[in-house]
Amino acid sequence: MPYLFRYIFRRFFLTLIAIFGVIVLAFLLTRLLPNNPAALRAGPLADEAIIKQYEKQMGLDQPLFVQFSTYFGQLVKGDLGESWRTGQPVIEELGIRIPATLELALSAFFIALVVGLTLGILAAVYADTWIDQAARVFATLGASLALFWLALVGVYVFYYLLHWAAAPVGRLTIGLSAPPDVTGLILIDSLIDGDFKTFKDGVSHIWLPACTLAFIVSAPIIKISRAAMKDVLNADYIRTARAIGVSSWELFTKDALMNAFIPILTMLGIVFGYLMGGNLIVEQVFAWPGIGQYAWKALITNDFNAVQGFVILIAFVYVSLNFLIDVTYALVNPQIRLE
Amino acid sequence: MNVLQNNVKVKAPGRAGKKAVEFDKRLKRMLRFPFFIFGIIVILFFLLVVVFGPVLTPYDPALPNPGYTLGEPTSDFLFGTDKFGRDVLTRVIYATRLDLMIALFVAVLSFSVGSLIGGIVGYYGGWLDKIVMRIVDVMFAFPSFILAMAITSALGDTVENVIIAIATAYTPYFIRLTRGEMLTVRTRQYADAAVSVGNPKWRVALVHLLPNSLTPSLVQMTLVSGWAILDAAGLAFLGLGITPPTAEWGVMVSEGAQRIITGEWWVWLYPGAAIVLAAFAFNLVGDGLRDVLTREEQ
Repeated sequence: MPYLFRYIFRRFFLTLIAIFGVIVLAFLLTRLLPNNPAALRAGPLADEAIIKQYEKQMGLDQPLFVQFSTYFGQLVKGDLGESWRTGQPVIEELGIRIPATLELALSAFFIALVVGLTLGILAAVYADTWIDQAARVFATLGASLALFWLALVGVYVFYYLLHWAAAPVGRLTIGLSAPPDVTGLILIDSLIDGDFKTFKDGVSHIWLPACTLAFIVSAPIIKISRAAMKDVLNADYIRTARAIGVSSWELFTKDALMNAFIPILTMLGIVFGYLMGGNLIVEQVFAWPGIGQYAWKALITNDFNAVQGFVILIAFVYVSLNFLIDVTYALVNPQIRLE
Repeated sequence: MNVLQNNVKVKAPGRAGKKAVEFDKRLKRMLRFPFFIFGIIVILFFLLVVVFGPVLTPYDPALPNPGYTLGEPTSDFLFGTDKFGRDVLTRVIYATRLDLMIALFVAVLSFSVGSLIGGIVGYYGGWLDKIVMRIVDVMFAFPSFILAMAITSALGDTVENVIIAIATAYTPYFIRLTRGEMLTVRTRQYADAAVSVGNPKWRVALVHLLPNSLTPSLVQMTLVSGWAILDAAGLAFLGLGITPPTAEWGVMVSEGAQRIITGEWWVWLYPGAAIVLAAFAFNLVGDGLRDVLTREEQ
């Protein structure tokens, strides 16, 4: 136990350093953005004096280090500053948009999980057969598809030609109001409310962007689950178990699957992090009101605080997921904590 | 193939011989995998398009033709025309030059910088190694596309800046890979031998060991080329980096996206298909090379 405790403590400490590094990097990156945000905020008619005044008000006349410590001090208190574009606190603006992104990310994640694990495990069990080859091509194709193009093809085929999907304009048909807010996820809230019409409408909006994302992210899941499963199936203990007559099914579900799951877990963490931050393009194509669209608007308008807030949020999700996965590893596999 | 096999038989008993047999086996397996060949052919095809681009088409990629705007594909305009009447095929051909150049520069730049840094910190270790690897960890905490996006908008919308931004986002991959190799290579006997005959340390690191630490990075270069095409096009699609009226695949898809619900599919379908085909080819070749060249068995 002390080993485990020491390991978790060490990982936690490293995680804190990583998060601090992310905050520094995000801060520096946004300071590199061109144009003077004070001038942008003051508007095109403002003269030098007014811009100076805005600079002072926004703290931009201070040295970089002072700006950073002010920002960091607020951040520790959970304050990401105000968006210079809208004048609202960034944390609130992100908070409003997180459920939309989360709903899309979760839907895509589960589709990718089912497809990816199934194909990956099938490919390992039937290694070097046509199933293996087909899974490999599918995975490589998924890794090569331009997300925005796939989204456009999807909209063209399933909305314009077949009418199977709703128009790519957000989470619900315009005019339909969202169900009472419980989780923020429309699909779940509408079920809680017993409102099947809204649920159906929500599904018709979300399935296409979710499948688009799932196609892309199932690729790494296939690759990693195939490799992990193959390693396990070739391991000595599986051969031994087979030799002493453990049934194939029991062997597969109890021994092989559980052991293959450990490396797969890391990939799942990366995939989920990507889905939270990387679906900016899909949100753009489907006019999905999530944090990706917010970040994009902030970026093209030089809204420092909003860009920083988004980047820190995403990196925080990434780093925390990694930490949780590392801890899970250590709990499952005693070798790791003794490293 | 035959020559290789014969050579192997002669040398069979030695350790190098065994390795060669192993390599030969993998090479054969890879060549039997038809998709690797397919990838090579597609890349060669794109290279031909790059070289002979202007000869292949009678049109100007930038010249509008008001007489035939948003025209359907015909025998004169195989891929149709866009909203200004420019020939889509011509623009796809010219864009090939730009996109492949971006891919090449990103791959070479991130490879050179990343491998050099990775090799040095891997050889010397110590506090320098610790600091660099912490920075690498932080960079890995950002999705690479988001990082490239932020850097592009910080530097401004030019082709060079797009290359710098994407290359920066992928440099950590090469640092990590080369450092990892260097850690094993530097414990080999020939490393000690090189030091003991009086070579300065930096020379041993850069001349003797670094070249032996590059295999995984070289494979990674192929994959990064494919990713760079996707990223550059993705940035352009979002209106960052390369902007209209430049003939670039992502720009063309972005321009065509407005036509998605009016039915002019050729405007966005062909340039997008070019992106996917190029990225697919680089991925297939990269995966194939990884199977043959790197030690870990897939």
